[in-house]
Amino acid sequence: MKRTPFYEKHVEHNGMLIDFGGWELPVEYTGIIPEHEAVRSKAGLFDVSHMGEVTVVGKDAEAYIQKMITNDISTMEPYQIYYSPMCYEDGGVVDDLLVYKYNTQKYFIVINAANTEKDVAWFLSHVTEDVVVEDVSAKYAQLALQGPLAQVILQKLTDKNLDEIKFFHFCDSVMLGTVEAFVSRNGYTGEDGFEILIAPKDAGILWDAIMAAGKDEGLIPCGLGARDTLRFEACLPLYGHEITDSISPLEAGLGYFVKLDKEDFIGRDALRRQNEQGLTRKLCGIEMVDRGIPRAGYPIFNGDFQIGHVTTGSYSPTLKKNIGLVLLETPYTTLDTIVEVGIREKRLKAKVVPKTFYQKKYKK
Amino acid sequence: MKILEELMYTKTHEWIKLEDHKATLGLTDYAQKHLGQIVFVDLPNVGEHVDELGQLAEVESVKAVSEVYSPVSGKIIETNEDLLDNPGLINEDPYENWLATIEMNGPLVTSNLLNSEDYGKLCDQLEEEAK
Repeated sequence: MKRTPFYEKHVEHNGMLIDFGGWELPVEYTGIIPEHEAVRSKAGLFDVSHMGEVTVVGKDAEAYIQKMITNDISTMEPYQIYYSPMCYEDGGVVDDLLVYKYNTQKYFIVINAANTEKDVAWFLSHVTEDVVVEDVSAKYAQLALQGPLAQVILQKLTDKNLDEIKFFHFCDSVMLGTVEAFVSRNGYTGEDGFEILIAPKDAGILWDAIMAAGKDEGLIPCGLGARDTLRFEACLPLYGHEITDSISPLEAGLGYFVKLDKEDFIGRDALRRQNEQGLTRKLCGIEMVDRGIPRAGYPIFNGDFQIGHVTTGSYSPTLKKNIGLVLLETPYTTLDTIVEVGIREKRLKAKVVPKTFYQKKYKK
Repeated sequence: MKILEELMYTKTHEWIKLEDHKATLGLTDYAQKHLGQIVFVDLPNVGEHVDELGQLAEVESVKAVSEVYSPVSGKIIETNEDLLDNPGLINEDPYENWLATIEMNGPLVTSNLLNSEDYGKLCDQLEEEAK
């Protein structure tokens, strides 16, 4: 298994280590629920070094990325970040990613850990003459500092006024104590916060500095378990669950990030067709009526017919309810529709609810 | 890890307390620690029959679903309904917060059970393997 530069810190904090897509990472330290609550009310620190990073450089960099992804990056300012799905010709999703723009000839892209190899191969197979794509994943360690007190904590380590880094923007050189870092204001929890990229050699120093700075604010290290429950409550999609090579971004409710009217991009025709013909299935929220917890992969029924499946489901630590994201056939997606979840041999009632379970608290 | 000397145990991390023909069952400290915070418990109905090594209950943590098996067969005569609203009680004290009481309808099959010493050894061995 691969280890991140923070491995010693996970051991030091008694992290429960698991194999996550080939990476040895902590699923929790003190417990998913306390970690989840810390991020909602105070702050949590996550090792996200397993994420992949790619640079796209060259005269045609903008045009190349426009072709590869569904969002329209022509409206981006320098040092801004856009979220976007990246699709196959048939509209299925290769991955979802973040594009960081320096200028029209230089971009930095963050991709999912488990998809890094596949994505890099996909990028390279479409590369044009004046574009250089490079996998730079090994050059970075990455932390996510998330929660309402994230800025208060990080500000203690730097002279840079962090108010200057706006939501979904970045600064590529911020001194955090003695460590030079690439800092962006974004995350995967539904809270305000930062993602911080540094050289692997500085990992231990920065981890300790941030933990020390957050001591009085109640900062705790958080694992993959809380990362998943936090993003799920905020209805942030996870590749392999809400989006896959057979679930389109339109079906997953990500239409805002699919600019069907921009210049040609891979998957445009299929997605336009899907849009014109109307979606046959859509991502919705459900809340259990009967006692039970919906979980990924469980079937959803209407009478004898399967009408969908759970993409992610859990007990929600914030709402204290059992909820799920489900991909449902369109006729059943009206709010308050009663459906049945197949939980082992039982059929348990749930009702369709808005999928924005938790109102995101971004600082914009 | 807490193991009470006066109880019997299963290899699947249930504890059992025997009084005449009645057996009270719960989850061990090892089980609750490994599951993490328990957020859901599904109990059998009083009056139902449970088979030897049959499923008695389900407990779920945030991440995991776990089935609870009964080492004895018989009729469910009582369940701990406090757990339905407060499943986390199991984490607080897994020995105090029992799941169900069964009226046994046959002799005790001791091959399904471990004494506290042997159960302790099993847990140590599992901890060792996890490292």
